[in-house]
Amino acid sequence: MRLIIPLAITFTAGMIMILNFFIPHQPFRLLGDNLQEWFMIVASGAIFLGAMNLMHVHSRKIKLKLKNWKYSPVTIIGFLLMLVTGLIYGVTEHRPFDYLFMNVVAPMGATMFSLLAFFVASAAFRAFRASNWRATLLLTSAFLVMLGQVPIGAMIWDKIPLAKVWLMSIPNTAGQRAVMIGAAMGVVSTSLRIIFGIERSYLGGTD
Amino acid sequence: MAGIIEKLGNTDRRIIFVLIALSVIIPISFNLILPNPVGAEPSRDLFDYVDALPEGSNVLVSFDYDPSTMPELQPMAEAVVLHLFKKNVNIVGMALWPQGASLGQDAMSGMADSLGKVQFEDWVNLGYKTGGGVMIVRLGSSVSAVFPTDKDNVPWAEIPMLRNITGLESFSLIISLSAGDPGIIQWVMMAGDRFGVPIGCGCTAVSAPTLYTYLQTGQMVGMLGGLKGAADYETLVGIKGGQAIRGMAPQSVAHIVIMLFIIIGNVAYFSQRKKGGAK
Repeated sequence: MRLIIPLAITFTAGMIMILNFFIPHQPFRLLGDNLQEWFMIVASGAIFLGAMNLMHVHSRKIKLKLKNWKYSPVTIIGFLLMLVTGLIYGVTEHRPFDYLFMNVVAPMGATMFSLLAFFVASAAFRAFRASNWRATLLLTSAFLVMLGQVPIGAMIWDKIPLAKVWLMSIPNTAGQRAVMIGAAMGVVSTSLRIIFGIERSYLGGTD
Repeated sequence: MAGIIEKLGNTDRRIIFVLIALSVIIPISFNLILPNPVGAEPSRDLFDYVDALPEGSNVLVSFDYDPSTMPELQPMAEAVVLHLFKKNVNIVGMALWPQGASLGQDAMSGMADSLGKVQFEDWVNLGYKTGGGVMIVRLGSSVSAVFPTDKDNVPWAEIPMLRNITGLESFSLIISLSAGDPGIIQWVMMAGDRFGVPIGCGCTAVSAPTLYTYLQTGQMVGMLGGLKGAADYETLVGIKGGQAIRGMAPQSVAHIVIMLFIIIGNVAYFSQRKKGGAK
């Protein structure tokens, strides 16, 4: 029963969603709408699980003094500060939560992502080599796209932005589309395998 | 000469970091602004589509990003919101990312205050809901079922501008300002392909290459790619010295510096290979 019940639920829910897509009328529409709302409720529950997991992981790190444990108190204090501020004052505009979000969380988040620029520059310097004709082609394309993506490219030669658009629209699209079609077929096949109970690894066992 | 090239090839990465920092700090300090011509780019397509919307249309703007991608996407959000307000189009904001709701609120309320637009009559922020693609499908049949209240718990029935909105078909356009998953791909698949609503997009520069496929097939009406896309939109809307336009000079210099480092790295590589030291 431990195996049959989850498989039956998965099969029923999956089939309802497929039928709802192809036959968007009652009763499939109502069933589909209800399942979608249940999904949102279950997904909301995952936020609480995430918060609890965050506390558990960092408390454990502090307790056992694991590697880089000194950062964990900062994470926990930051999390609790935002949580308490939001619960006491609400999350509307011009309240303490909003002030902390716009003046602490937002600049720090932007700073973390900006660090990428430094690592990209360093990695490009060390790894981007015109070692064969394919790498040279990639390097030339990268230069054209980098120049086309900023106004200085058009100042150097007004055809550079056009070359960038051509590279992005034609060769890039051809490659991207192949990858996307392959990935989409993989998603369809994996979904069907799950719905029909062939793929069962999500149940936690190997059988 | 060979010694100098070899030394350059082994440049310490801290020197690279300092030069990249300077290439950003100096243009910002001197308030350097470069002219930003907008050619036949996807950003112009989005601008033209928005510009052709009739007054009183409803447009859904989804703020699907967080502070990490804010430097690229927030200027886009502000320029798009400004354009929609100038066209007297009603804006319904929402977010697929939790922090996007606050960033969207900041963009919409800031622009609304400067243009005298009224919350709940000209714009509303429905806030964040979890569920990604599944939630978008549910929006297709009923927006009020997913968002019974706005971000600040004002009930749907008390918001006048939402009276004529039922499902996604009520919108003339959906614009997703997207930093990843869930984001624009879900909007194209669920709202565009399934419910036939035109989709526009603003995205980070790194995710733009993937999304060009949707432009070619007509699944998206236009796209703002990275800070350049934001600067294009600011230029087209007529924002003088906007955040993204000001960001173009540091980005230009930083790109040139990175390209110079790549050239130096390659010169050193070929010099070494000539001597038989590299493969």
